[in-house]
Amino acid sequence: MSAGSYLLRRVGGLLLVLLVTSFLVFGLLYLAPGSPLAFILGPRGGTPEQIAAVTEQYHLDDPFLVRYVAWLGDILHGDLGYSIVYRQDVSTLISGRVPTTLVLVSMAAVIIAVVGILAGTYAALRRGWSDQLTSTLAAVGLSTPSFVVGVALISIFAVTLGWFPTFGSGTGGIDTLHHLTLPAIALSVASAAYLARITRAAVLEESGREHVQTATVRGLAPRYIVRHHVLRNSLVPIVTVLGLTIATLIAGAVVVENVFALDGLGSLLVRAILQRDFAVVQAVILVLVVAFVVVNAVVDFLYTFIDPRIALGSRQ
Amino acid sequence: MTTPSTTSLAVARVTRERRRAGVVTATRDRLGVLGCTAAAVLLVIVVAALFAPIVAPYDPDFPDLLAALSGPSPAHLLGTDALGRDILSRLIWGARITLAGPGLVILIATVVGVLLALLAAWRGGRTDTVITWLLDVLFAVPGIVFGLIAVAIWGPGLGTVVAGLSIAYIPYVARVVRGAALRERNMPYVSAAWLQGQSGTGITFTQVLPNVQPIVVAQAVSSLGFAVIDLAAVSFLGLGVQPPTADLGLMVKSGFDSMLRGHPIEAIAAGTLIVVIVWCVTVIGDRLTSSARSLR
Repeated sequence: MSAGSYLLRRVGGLLLVLLVTSFLVFGLLYLAPGSPLAFILGPRGGTPEQIAAVTEQYHLDDPFLVRYVAWLGDILHGDLGYSIVYRQDVSTLISGRVPTTLVLVSMAAVIIAVVGILAGTYAALRRGWSDQLTSTLAAVGLSTPSFVVGVALISIFAVTLGWFPTFGSGTGGIDTLHHLTLPAIALSVASAAYLARITRAAVLEESGREHVQTATVRGLAPRYIVRHHVLRNSLVPIVTVLGLTIATLIAGAVVVENVFALDGLGSLLVRAILQRDFAVVQAVILVLVVAFVVVNAVVDFLYTFIDPRIALGSRQ
Repeated sequence: MTTPSTTSLAVARVTRERRRAGVVTATRDRLGVLGCTAAAVLLVIVVAALFAPIVAPYDPDFPDLLAALSGPSPAHLLGTDALGRDILSRLIWGARITLAGPGLVILIATVVGVLLALLAAWRGGRTDTVITWLLDVLFAVPGIVFGLIAVAIWGPGLGTVVAGLSIAYIPYVARVVRGAALRERNMPYVSAAWLQGQSGTGITFTQVLPNVQPIVVAQAVSSLGFAVIDLAAVSFLGLGVQPPTADLGLMVKSGFDSMLRGHPIEAIAAGTLIVVIVWCVTVIGDRLTSSARSLR
């Protein structure tokens, strides 16, 4: 399959999934008990102006499918609705929160990649007790929820030792990185443990291969063999897992942001749910799902660059 | 065949003997030393949680405000929380919900997932395409988000989150089982049953299902660990189990506040118990998965 038609098919499939999920997110409003109008305005009720605004925003006077198309059209124009709690456009509200979540997820992704791959490779090459130790640590890490790690990190490094701030996301630049270090660690522990496990298995399998034996017999430096023969060939499973975990980090950030009281998308979502600010809930969920789907698609596409043997569009 | 043949009698006897000797050896073979340890620890926790009314030394909701935030003592082995409630008793009662909620999630997800997977594998063609696509769409939304969506619609509460997560976990079970069922479907014994005139439903439930059962169990147990984490996380956020009910996720939350005031026991105890539960479940799940694979 040519790269062009492959890309076209992938993007088509992606758009279809996005269309369906957007329809589901839109439909949420109608699963709720009571009329949409009453649900959005909540027990507070609303002034006639508010009722008119909500009716207009959700196109409540139109038939169901027309409402959906109109709503989707609004979203594609960047109009995500109006928050009745914050009295602000949801798009402004969200764009103010995106940077924190983005930095948090990126930092966690870097930690996961570095720690996971290094620990996994180390365990596989060293064997013996250091392998045992790494595997045990990985098993414990995998079993620890991010909020438990977060609470533990705050108690040790923020409260007792005072190395890091307890709450908040800082004022930008280095300060933000400093503030987000503990949250990023909390977010990355389980995924790093998982990646270490996958890396260990992949490296172990690869180092038993004949081409590695040949390289050893030819007298190549062990370092060179590990880097160019073993790691290069174990990259496919590693990148798969790394990509999948980065996608789940987007959802994991919801929990971690609340532990550390960060002003990201996740804390916005939880507060909006508690305050029944439906426009915000809908918009944030849409953003999370779209990000999740897009990251997964990008990872899928990356395979072909890592491993030329995987043909474009093949179902491997 | 009106009288049973000698061979079938012999087979029946061997099966009976294997069953009698079986349970202990079979568990050890399938779980290994580590898995057995995990199973034993989990069993202790489950039994304590089941018999919470007998085992727990105090009423988990009784607030002894005068003894609030006291440290470990003979009266309160793990001390008391900010409202003076006995932490050990709350752990035991909390383990109940922390196990029962995810258990229900996995039960629902497994039943629905297995039915969808078997239907897809047996019917093939368009049914398979539609079901697979549906599972892909469900898979496109991160698990915990389903829980949050359910809360956004129906309000906070354990039931709401369980409903949301049950849907989220369907593809985790269904995908694996569909693959396994597809492999079984192409086996000669299935064609043999078909030729003998057994119906599709009959074959699916009497032939295919028993053969994919180890994979179903392994996948369900492995997913249970994630469900425990997800549900505890939602409760920690204040959107799941509501106070004053004892729940481990909630206890980490309230323990976190006490910890900032210098009383870390509640947070440490509840956090550790969650980790131990998930670790046991994950280890057992891993062992079951590898033994289900080796059976193939």
